Amino acid sequence: MSIVLDIVASIGLWAAVLRIATPLIFGTLGALLCERAGVLNLGIEGIMTFGAMIGWLAVYQGADLWTGLLVAALSGAVFGLLHAALTVTLGLSQHVSGLGVTLFASSLSYYLFRLLVPLSGSPPTIEPFAPLSVPGLADLPFIGPVLSAQTPPTYLALLLALGLAYAIFRTPLGLAIRMTGENPHAAEAQGVDPMAVRYGAVIVGSALMAVGGAFLTLSAFNSFFPTMVQGRGWISIALVVFASWRPGRALFGALLFAFFDAFQLRLQTVVDGVPYQLFLMTPYILSIVALCVMARHARVPQALMQPYRRGER
Amino acid sequence: MTETVLEIDRVSKSFGGNKANDAISLTLGRGEIVALLGENGAGKTTLMSILFGHYVPDEGHIRVAGVDLPPGRPRAAIHAGIGMVHQHFSLAPNLTVLENVMTGTEKLWSWRSQTGRARAKLKALAERFGLVVDPDARLGDLSVGEQQRVEILKALYNDARILILDEPTAVLTNLEAETLFATLKEMARQGLSLIFISHKLDEVMAAADRVVVLRGGKLVAERRAGETSKAELAELMVGHRVARPVREAHERGAPVLEAAAVSVRVDGVDRLREISFRLHAGEILGIIGVSGNGQAALAGLLSGTLLRSSGDILLYGEGVGDLSVAETVASGIGRIPEDRTREGAIGEMAVWENAVLERIDEPRFSRRGLVNRSAAVAFADAIVRSFDVRGGGPLTRTRLLSGGNMQKLILGRNLAEHPRILIAAQPARGLDEGAVAAVHARILDARKAGTAVLLISEDLDEVIALADRIQAIVGGRLSPPVSADEVDARALGLMMAGAWKKEAA
Repeated sequence: MSIVLDIVASIGLWAAVLRIATPLIFGTLGALLCERAGVLNLGIEGIMTFGAMIGWLAVYQGADLWTGLLVAALSGAVFGLLHAALTVTLGLSQHVSGLGVTLFASSLSYYLFRLLVPLSGSPPTIEPFAPLSVPGLADLPFIGPVLSAQTPPTYLALLLALGLAYAIFRTPLGLAIRMTGENPHAAEAQGVDPMAVRYGAVIVGSALMAVGGAFLTLSAFNSFFPTMVQGRGWISIALVVFASWRPGRALFGALLFAFFDAFQLRLQTVVDGVPYQLFLMTPYILSIVALCVMARHARVPQALMQPYRRGER
Repeated sequence: MTETVLEIDRVSKSFGGNKANDAISLTLGRGEIVALLGENGAGKTTLMSILFGHYVPDEGHIRVAGVDLPPGRPRAAIHAGIGMVHQHFSLAPNLTVLENVMTGTEKLWSWRSQTGRARAKLKALAERFGLVVDPDARLGDLSVGEQQRVEILKALYNDARILILDEPTAVLTNLEAETLFATLKEMARQGLSLIFISHKLDEVMAAADRVVVLRGGKLVAERRAGETSKAELAELMVGHRVARPVREAHERGAPVLEAAAVSVRVDGVDRLREISFRLHAGEILGIIGVSGNGQAALAGLLSGTLLRSSGDILLYGEGVGDLSVAETVASGIGRIPEDRTREGAIGEMAVWENAVLERIDEPRFSRRGLVNRSAAVAFADAIVRSFDVRGGGPLTRTRLLSGGNMQKLILGRNLAEHPRILIAAQPARGLDEGAVAAVHARILDARKAGTAVLLISEDLDEVIALADRIQAIVGGRLSPPVSADEVDARALGLMMAGAWKKEAA
């Protein structure tokens, strides 16, 4: 038991929690924004993979790290545009379109990577983001050292969660987005263009997903390999439900999942005789349990996955 | 005449060769209430959709206070002071009242929603017109009547001077409808102008200053409410004389369905409390009451979807245990559910599929797990013919039928099999005059043929015209039965208010 307490009280664990949570925060917020407007975006897994690849590639080709993030965001926006064109303008099934975008974006990232980066024994690397120490914050007990181990995109993710919560619940645009996700006909009748809102939300949301992917190659690691997103996109989709479509809770959910993950990693090293695969499973099992507890009474946006066609009820 | 605020000038609109509106002209004065009367499909809703900018007219103009309104732009209509209250509310149940009202009213790209100011404005409007509602309540938690208030407030919040209401009472109880019309009159008194669409003659006569009748896309008549009668309007609307059929004296048979002190609990709430009734073959027993007093539980109990918590049910003189839906069908109980689109028929399926769905297990319609499609289609075709279902055949998707025709299909599906008992919940709700008469005639035919009919309704006229005996349902309790020949509308009104309880005590 004291081993467990030691792990929980260690700065290293909490630093890892924030690091592991960062791509999930970006992904979850991106998916949440799309869904608040009524569009499920299962393109997330592929978009994150592509963001990881293209962000890394940009830096590998000589761009600076922030430009790498920006390039990733733009690539996400392009895939978002594709998904929006298929689901909003053409009104196609959001599931099928999203899975299509994921397959397309993943394959395209492997292809471009192979095309532009010569095959070698050890993967090529870049110089990733360095940890950032914010004066004032860094001096806080416990929290200070935890935060000082983080890179700038992690700070960005935390601020983004707060910003998105504010935007969704406190601004006219946020209300227009929510109304579009609940009842696009009502939005239209009040002079809001639901098509435009959905396009905007899907494009911006997809850009956030891609930034989440780029964090993996520009901060968490320093190289790209095709399977590195490892289901983080799917976890994000589940976290949106867990969060009941609220950005604050999405942040909490991402941190909780990251906690399970970081915790099991450390537990592996101190507990003998248990196959490590069992530890690997725990965060996913606990996520399912948490989902069952938290999401049963979630208020799903009423128009989620319903294509909007003008003049049709 | 007073100052004209709205002028519809020879507006026409066609859908695929079908003229929904044919050169309709209409004016609306300040402080005036105009009723737009017509059967379903007469073009009322099309006209109002053009007015509100949902459709672009093929020809014609709309002028608000003398200024042309650009066609096909809801925003321009809102800006010109036109507010629309749709029959199916344009509201988001997960958002609060205030959020529903505020959507789209502020500049989209501002840093902060001015909720404080909006709340104050909403409260002021609510007080001015007597539309009380909590701004911070979640919309989905409100009753239908309250939700409609929010729809009206939404229009007023956008500074509407002209309010269009599309069949505003279709979803309301009688009491709510009365409150609504009092509110509308108060609005007109304060200088607003209103158009409401309806096919109910009573409310048109009661609430409108002027009545405009549409038929087949044309404006056929315009009358001042004081200078016309229900009979005249009914004739104008349908194009020929219609009379709702009335029951004739008729010998009733033996009791077929009896309930003795039956209670039903749903989710810990008592929906029915020790109700008793006795339904005879060849009679219609009317259960009258304001909706929400246990009618849904009663219909559910007798259709096999709800189980009783205590009491006894006798079917054909014998006690029965809990009946499943399939057993009720098998024992000759026909059912007309209250909500035909949700429980009565499956819109995306073809007419023939809906016609045989509850009998699909019978050998004539399926054998060894395979559907005998030709037999099923023939069965549906027979219903379509004998019950005069118009607007499609057995292969039509059911969603495409009008409400009246869908109801005829449901009625036909039940009556074609000569049920011994028919549970009819609000069978004529939302139907136009012609369809109401047809449905009533069919129910009376069934009675004549010896079917026992339990008619659950909140329409006094309907119950008085059809039922032999009447019991009121209030708060899950049933009054003792009264003979329909011995009561009038006033006495029934008292019963619906629960007046019998005092006598009993």
